[in-house]
Amino acid sequence: MATEAATLRRTPLYDRHVALGAKMVPFAGYEMPIQYDGIVVEHRTVRSRAGLFDLSHMGEFLFTGKGARTDVERLVSSDIAGLAIGEARYGLLCNEGGTIVDDVIVYRTGETEFLMVVNAANIAKDRAHVLRSLGDDAAFDDRSLATALIAVQGPRAAEILDAQTGSAVSGLASFGVARRHILGHPDRHGVVNATVARTGYTGEDGFEIFVANDDASTVWDALLASGRDAGLKPIGLGARDTLRLEARFSLYGNDIDETTNPIEAGLGWTCKLDKDFIGRDAIVAKKAEGPKRKIAGLVVEGGVARHGHEVTSGGEVVGLVTSGTYGPTVDRNIALAYVPTPLSKVGTALGVRIRGKDVPATVVKTPFYRRSE
Amino acid sequence: MSTVPDDLRYSKEHEWVRADGDVATIGITHFAQEQLGDVVFVELPEKGATVRQYSSLGVVESVKAASDIYAPISGEVLERNVKVIESPELVNTDPYRDGWMVKVRLADKGELAKLLSPADYRSHIGETAGAGAD
Repeated sequence: MATEAATLRRTPLYDRHVALGAKMVPFAGYEMPIQYDGIVVEHRTVRSRAGLFDLSHMGEFLFTGKGARTDVERLVSSDIAGLAIGEARYGLLCNEGGTIVDDVIVYRTGETEFLMVVNAANIAKDRAHVLRSLGDDAAFDDRSLATALIAVQGPRAAEILDAQTGSAVSGLASFGVARRHILGHPDRHGVVNATVARTGYTGEDGFEIFVANDDASTVWDALLASGRDAGLKPIGLGARDTLRLEARFSLYGNDIDETTNPIEAGLGWTCKLDKDFIGRDAIVAKKAEGPKRKIAGLVVEGGVARHGHEVTSGGEVVGLVTSGTYGPTVDRNIALAYVPTPLSKVGTALGVRIRGKDVPATVVKTPFYRRSE
Repeated sequence: MSTVPDDLRYSKEHEWVRADGDVATIGITHFAQEQLGDVVFVELPEKGATVRQYSSLGVVESVKAASDIYAPISGEVLERNVKVIESPELVNTDPYRDGWMVKVRLADKGELAKLLSPADYRSHIGETAGAGAD
């Protein structure tokens, strides 16, 4: 354990987490807060008010130059060429075999500037993947270690952030991105340059704020102080996972990886098949032949399904759970699992083998939770 | 509420026992529920089942993970707490009262002597608290 701890990175907000009483755990090479007050209470805070997240472990790749758009368009499965300046889109990095290298969000931040946010555990792999197909007319900069990412998520996120940006963020559309000034703590003057995007991973309205490492604690402190009356609380990775699963967002390494293709993962919608991108031909073929298995949403009775649990049908093992938890808002044990396509229909009765016993599970429509507008 | 009540005996695995004649009530400690976090599922043996000291009695699942509950004493299950199965959060909010797990008819009162006293349990969690969960 000691050697592991010695090699773990810390985000610029590490001291803040410790001071706030967070339980710190190793995650993707970082020491990250898993919870402050408890996963369920933090989950409810985000659904009802607003939560503050340190996501500085995530990776940020910057593509610039006149070839940037063409290169990112070829790297990512979704419609990047169609992004206007100030727009963002979710998409996948795939390999030639049509399986998933990572899931990313691409933000067009300028005429010839694209910011790609990648999963922390995949930074080195993604960098190599990207560099293999980078053209001469684009520059690539891995900004991951220099960039902090702070998210404010929840129904009161816009109001909290408006107060800290001079009413400048509520005008952003969903998946919009803009440069904004963020005011520092009232006791400590100063303004921070930030890239603010209306994106998130919780199923709520919310924002993700990219700042230089040196500015991270200024922004964190200012938001915690000014958001207090609106009920803003710090939220750990534990609740981030329950929030994203209720909203049925894929988690790389659990639900998707280099053995899964977008069609079976329910991510066909992220693939613009009438453009050229790495993996396109294989994905077109997979789509044409029809996926043998599909990811399905399950509601489980009599136990909590976890990653790696077997899914059964009539006592036979037919699939595997990729994510599972208790969903505090839906108040059910929910899971995602790969099952044979004919068993992926809503209403299908299956089992999940928990501690040697098959407990009942039913395929349900996803997302498990959708916020009311 | 004391985090280690004086009228109970304890196991190293963080279960408590309240003995009343030859009937023992079993639960998990405040320290255990704190380590687990939000308890969302409890699995307990049915009435009439036999449990053996230090063997698995049931399971508590938090949002994060599943953990075994070990029987601190041997005996026959007289009753399981239906309320805690329906409302697992009772384990967090009231581990020593409403959050009890099972009542057992003691097979061997001598086993109680093998359990930790409140003072011993306090020093046990004092030692392990700094190192986190198992």
